[in-house]
Amino acid sequence: MSTTESVLNAHSREEIDEWLTRYPPDQKQSAVLAALRAAQHQNDGFLTVELMDAVADYLDMTKIAVYEVASFYSMYETKPVGRHCVAICTNISCMLMGSDTIVQHVEKKYGIKLGESTPDNKIYLKVEEECLAGCDGGPMMQVDHVYHMKLTPEKVDQILDELE
Amino acid sequence: MTDELINITVDGQKLQARKGQMLIEVTDAAGIEIPRFCYHKKLSVAANCRMCLIEIEKAPKPMPACATPVAPDMIVHTRSELATGAQQGTMEFLLINHPLDCPICDQGGECELQDVAMGYGGSSSDYVETKRVVMDKNIGPLISTELTRCIHCTRCVRFGEEIAGMRELGATGRGENMRIGTYIEKSVDSELSGNVIDLCPVGALTAKPSRFSARSWELTQHASVAPHDSVGSNLFLHVGNGSVVRAVPRENESLNQTWLSDRDRFSYEGLNSADRATQPMVRSNGELQPVSWEVALKAVADTVQNTVKQHGAAQLGALISASATLEEQHLLQKLMRAVGSNNIDHRISQLDFSDQQHAPVMPWLGQAIADLESVDAALLVGSNIRKEQPLAALRLRKAAGNGAKVSFVNSRVYDMNFDCQAHLAGGQREQLLHVAAIAVAAGVEHSCLRDLLGSFEVGDQHRAIVKSLSDGETATVLLGNSAVMHADYAMLRALASGIAQRTGAVFGYLPEGGNTAGAWLAGCVPHRGTAGVTSEAIGLNAAEMLSDPLKCMVLMGTEPGFEHPRSALAQRTLKAVENSIVITSHVSQMMLDHATIVLPAAAYAETAGTFVNASGSWQMFNGVVAPPGDARPGWKILRVLGNQLDVDGFDYQSVEDIRTELKGLCRELELDNRYEPDGAMLADRANSTGDANGELMRSGDLPALRADMLVRRAKSLQRSSDAQPGVISLNSSDLSRLGIEHDAVVNVEQDGATVVLKAKADDGVPIGLAWLPLGGQDVAGFGALDQPLRVTGS
Repeated sequence: MSTTESVLNAHSREEIDEWLTRYPPDQKQSAVLAALRAAQHQNDGFLTVELMDAVADYLDMTKIAVYEVASFYSMYETKPVGRHCVAICTNISCMLMGSDTIVQHVEKKYGIKLGESTPDNKIYLKVEEECLAGCDGGPMMQVDHVYHMKLTPEKVDQILDELE
Repeated sequence: MTDELINITVDGQKLQARKGQMLIEVTDAAGIEIPRFCYHKKLSVAANCRMCLIEIEKAPKPMPACATPVAPDMIVHTRSELATGAQQGTMEFLLINHPLDCPICDQGGECELQDVAMGYGGSSSDYVETKRVVMDKNIGPLISTELTRCIHCTRCVRFGEEIAGMRELGATGRGENMRIGTYIEKSVDSELSGNVIDLCPVGALTAKPSRFSARSWELTQHASVAPHDSVGSNLFLHVGNGSVVRAVPRENESLNQTWLSDRDRFSYEGLNSADRATQPMVRSNGELQPVSWEVALKAVADTVQNTVKQHGAAQLGALISASATLEEQHLLQKLMRAVGSNNIDHRISQLDFSDQQHAPVMPWLGQAIADLESVDAALLVGSNIRKEQPLAALRLRKAAGNGAKVSFVNSRVYDMNFDCQAHLAGGQREQLLHVAAIAVAAGVEHSCLRDLLGSFEVGDQHRAIVKSLSDGETATVLLGNSAVMHADYAMLRALASGIAQRTGAVFGYLPEGGNTAGAWLAGCVPHRGTAGVTSEAIGLNAAEMLSDPLKCMVLMGTEPGFEHPRSALAQRTLKAVENSIVITSHVSQMMLDHATIVLPAAAYAETAGTFVNASGSWQMFNGVVAPPGDARPGWKILRVLGNQLDVDGFDYQSVEDIRTELKGLCRELELDNRYEPDGAMLADRANSTGDANGELMRSGDLPALRADMLVRRAKSLQRSSDAQPGVISLNSSDLSRLGIEHDAVVNVEQDGATVVLKAKADDGVPIGLAWLPLGGQDVAGFGALDQPLRVTGS
């Protein structure tokens, strides 16, 4: 059996501890969103049951309560995905500005569909369900945590090719 | 909530309500029907199904009755156009994804969704698109899932969190993808898990053991009382085609409320076990041969008479199960005493009888079961109350949730579903020392205590327990199932009652079996007759009868090789008994090895009778199905034996006659747990040893799922995770010291015998102990508790 210490690395625990200071000591579960984000980050972009269990233990929550949270929010990935999360906004404004072309370009570039990852696990094309609130710069996409606006296929290539 | 009353009007009817009550509570009490799915009176309000929408005047929209507090002069319409329109709309939406598989659904005919759709739904739906499908999950042997039927009321989720104290089910995913389940492949393990079957308003969670075996409208329902623990839960048995198909709770607020433990719910499966005794048998030429009742009964009468004639009545003994009915227990002891023997006992698992003269006439809880939920502090000695009396534990859990300080002294740390102040664990000697230390901290004085404690120090944890008991307005000290099995039960009792006295706590017992309390009343003890009348001569107790073979033994409903802490000795002794007469509902190979006469008896649910529960309630029930084959109700067998032996007072016409006789005898009785040990009781005498000479000491209890004949044969329960067959658990440090891996197959040697088991790491087991409980097939007739054993890798 793995202990929480061996599953959550020091950086994640430090991050969670920092968040815990913001809530009353008897309401540790308030930090669950931040804790899951840290756990997902340490694991290159997706959560495993082992990580979620470790978060549950760390915050004195039942495991199923953590699964509920992780499966509810679209910002958590509970299946293995590529380590760079590429989310192209396809909501109304971006769509009007030509996001379909961008999606087509990227799908063709990597030979995968939205929702899939490249075989080398480098790129994950996330299905972005909601507007990313970058309408003034549409079409836009979010790569890892960074917004990129006014995209063209060339600009997309440049951004994605620079990824490690 | 205040007691302030306010007036409201519902459908023109003037009602009074307490301020702060939810509207649905008020209408339910007044008998006004409002449809609902997610609301349940014992669970928190979720208000997520929206079925209970009603109209409130001056409110701009329909309001959910379950989440709307009453307000003064509120005017409510439950059947107005707005209300019924809202209900119909909700119903149509709920049915969008619900499959129309009612003809093959176990819930069909008793389904809240069906009923409400019929009563409050529309006649057609506008929805023509496809329905969603949810894959089922295997969540164990007791509950079957059909999650496509789920309407997301979350009653099962709330039950786990709020009542069972073990959140196993959850609602994962979101929107269209939300589903109820465990997320990972996992069984639902709570000892109360079966209640989600009743709570589920649709057929998403149904009983796996009875799945597809009957339609609800073909079943007949019979009130009964659960036989396994001393709560005496009320239940209904559902009967179809002459056999019990399932059991469901019968509401009794003072006992089981609306719940039932899994053991009480699913043990009926043992009724249909292949082990049932169906024919009288008598041993001739070394083999048990089927015979007629006449021959068998005559053989019993002859055997008893010959034993008495040739060896004296002192060579005749009887043991009876604590789940036998009060009437059976009364008749067996009456019969034994009539032929001159006081060798009768029901305390099959007990070892220390030295203070039996001081025991109360009926050891009982000392309070009502419901009182447990309002204690401020409790100390339980030798109890895994959560598994052994789950519905009493539920009350204690509620108390703990309100801040009560609950402490345990046990042979291991059991998983409790509430926060404990302390859970002191150790071998028998150490438990005794802990209790002695608590007693010293409480101010119990006795010269022997210093000697007993020796270098064992009274610590802060002991003082904290005493403080919680003294500070609590209501506190209780209880002796549980394992305390009774302790080699120094007398000392534990003296100390525990001393602690209670000094701290002003209520002293009580958690009687082990469904009718342990009744067995005391009935006089199934060697030193007292019915209603506690002192016997002139004291007979042999269970441990004596199971260590020195008598010429003739009667065993009724018990398998000592499973139940006695010195299993090997008990089995050896029974084999050496010249004539062993077995009156039993089930047979085992061990039993057939020693029996000379087998009389097949009706099991629970097949006979009428009475159980007396922990708080002293007499609960009567009737047989609901016929016993299989030639089996007969125990009281009838004993009545005929009485007649055959020419004993007076066995002319009962019915079970009521026996009950009436007993009631008469017990009329004057007042329950009193007061315990005054004489000085000698405590004097420098301790049977338990702590020294295993560097070897592991075997430790264990009689687990709830192995406690009696019926449950041992309930096959679904035996597949559940609590059953854990073939396992020996050691502290992980002991395992690594021995160089044994977790899950490794090991040889376990004790008393010259060896069994092959799987070793598990379990840090609830104290270091130096090997947790190998009684009652399993794997350890039937094997070794003894609290003796050294050797574990070697194989």
